[in-house]
Amino acid sequence: MSGSTLGLRGGAPPLKPRAVGADIDPQIERIVRTPEFQQLVAERTRFGWILTILMLVVYFGFIGLIAFDKSLLAVKVGGTASLGLFMGVFVILFAFALTGIYVARANTRFDALSAALKRSVAR
Amino acid sequence: MNRFVLGLVLGMLTGGVAHAAGPDLGAVQQSATNWPAIGMFLFFVLMTLGITYKAAKGTKSAADFYAAGGGISAGTNALAIAGDYMSAASFLGISGLVYTSGFDGLIYSTGFLVGWPIVLFLIAERLRNLGKFTFADVASFRLDQTAIRIISAVGTLVVVAFYLIAQMVGAGKLIQLLFGLPYLYAVVIVGVLMIVYVAFGGMKATTWVQVIKACLLLGGATFMAGAVLLKYGFNPETLFAASVQVHPKGDAIMAPGGLVSNPIEAISLGVGLMFGTAGLPHILMRFFTVSDAQAARKSVFYATGLIGYFYILTFIIGFGGIALLMSDPSYFKLGAAGTFDKLKDMIGGTNMVAVNLANAVGGPYFLGFISAVAFATILAVVAGLTLAGASAVSHDLYAQVIARGRTTEKHEVNLSKISAVVIGIVAIYLGYVFENQNVAFMVGLAFSVAASCNFPVLAMSILWRGTTTWGALAGGLVGLISAVVMVVLSKAVWVATFGNAAPLFPYDNPALFSMPLAFATIYIVSSLDKSRKAQRERAAFEAQFVRSETGIGAVGAHAH
Repeated sequence: MSGSTLGLRGGAPPLKPRAVGADIDPQIERIVRTPEFQQLVAERTRFGWILTILMLVVYFGFIGLIAFDKSLLAVKVGGTASLGLFMGVFVILFAFALTGIYVARANTRFDALSAALKRSVAR
Repeated sequence: MNRFVLGLVLGMLTGGVAHAAGPDLGAVQQSATNWPAIGMFLFFVLMTLGITYKAAKGTKSAADFYAAGGGISAGTNALAIAGDYMSAASFLGISGLVYTSGFDGLIYSTGFLVGWPIVLFLIAERLRNLGKFTFADVASFRLDQTAIRIISAVGTLVVVAFYLIAQMVGAGKLIQLLFGLPYLYAVVIVGVLMIVYVAFGGMKATTWVQVIKACLLLGGATFMAGAVLLKYGFNPETLFAASVQVHPKGDAIMAPGGLVSNPIEAISLGVGLMFGTAGLPHILMRFFTVSDAQAARKSVFYATGLIGYFYILTFIIGFGGIALLMSDPSYFKLGAAGTFDKLKDMIGGTNMVAVNLANAVGGPYFLGFISAVAFATILAVVAGLTLAGASAVSHDLYAQVIARGRTTEKHEVNLSKISAVVIGIVAIYLGYVFENQNVAFMVGLAFSVAASCNFPVLAMSILWRGTTTWGALAGGLVGLISAVVMVVLSKAVWVATFGNAAPLFPYDNPALFSMPLAFATIYIVSSLDKSRKAQRERAAFEAQFVRSETGIGAVGAHAH
């Protein structure tokens, strides 16, 4: 999936000229044109992809270390527990924390933008 | 009593835990009948049948049957999602793996968990906004109903079939071991109960069975981990130190071992686990049981917490098994001179670590409880799978493809119930046939197909404007076929089942190759598709996009 081809990347997609025979609901076009919609989509899309990439980097970083540098993970951190163990638990906590961050942001910022959009469309 | 179980369990660890969601318990001898466990299990069955009866009375419309009327709360749905995910094998299999290899168990725990954030960031809310009952509703939103429903339903049924076979065989063996019931009885009991839950109670009953089981499992595991930690003054460091002392591998259990020796294999496993989660049909269906996108979002957050917590518990339980069981000969089959191999001779095999530990920390009644929970876990998971399979047959294949929308809701739901019965009977039969086959690879295959067929079709149809019917169809087929073929040519099937000398595909997990292949095919075929239909489909993206992002026009909680 290359970035530039994703409809979701970098904000609202540009309106394309009407395709042959396609009936686009004028209501839909109106929503797409509102600044609220464009802002909502741009912000949420960007945020979602940033968090996705963070998760991928952390998880595959962990797997990469297991695959390529086992001795680093065997390093002792305070007695018996190894660095790898802390990192494994960290990956689990990190995954949970990321979902929490997303939900917190969505509950406040994205829901507010969404409500503003609905008000603006109802007008 | 399980301590005296004469089960002989092999397998699981030889590549089996690679697919830790489904227990492959190898050859098992039947054990003495375990009455406390059976009593507690009967209590669970009676309770769930009561719920099913109640749910059946409240299940009238198709929305009730497929999606519990959209009336499940975020918290309840989170428990149900967690329940679907915490199979008996992730409980028994991962704690057993920690017992034998220590740190390596954590590799699976993390792999199973990290798919959830991806589901949340990219899929969950959009799915809820666009869909009604199945993920095919979403994938076919602006594409050709017939073609996309067929590929989605085939993807669903393949995933359900492999997952179900693995669970049925695992259930039969586990119950033989835990309850002392003959294999066939166990398989028939599981099959009949899942038919009753699904056919009569639909999604409502299936959800509540899952919720009760999730609470029992989380409660039981919390108690066990708590009891272990209590013995070590709630200091994990003391627990680890005690474990290293008695484990034959000594300090090596704190570091990565041989489980992930090949980097490509490790990454491919990770890809399969991560993106397979986002393509499992019985899990995706759960997003339609909540009222709106906000509830869908919250349920993933809570579910991620519950699942992560559960995996941390299994890790403690595995170490508890090392520290508390390894030096106690009564948990092992003793050799001639009273000696035993700590890693191989555990009574019932290393998958029984959690069960034996239950006895050690809570006595025979707690052992009975944990055994009953393990049975309940399998039952709840197979019920969810059956419902997903039945929905694909009735809602996608029958209503949209065969009847082309000219059917009544009542007829469709009846057909779904009949499908559930048929799927149940087929599952019993397959469980019987596959009793002595190696099924360890099947859950892994289910995850790989979900990652390589369902997930690419779903993700591309939601996220990329350019996706066309031909692209999605071709990509889905390529993903499905390549995942299956690569597994068939791998060691688990080509060598272990067909008896060939060397595998033609060098890795056990195909997802690293089959998933990108599916995405690339969707991209290339869609880009080359210049038909009028393709232009219409691209133009229709706008409306889908608005609805997926805002929920404007989405199917509401009680819209039917």
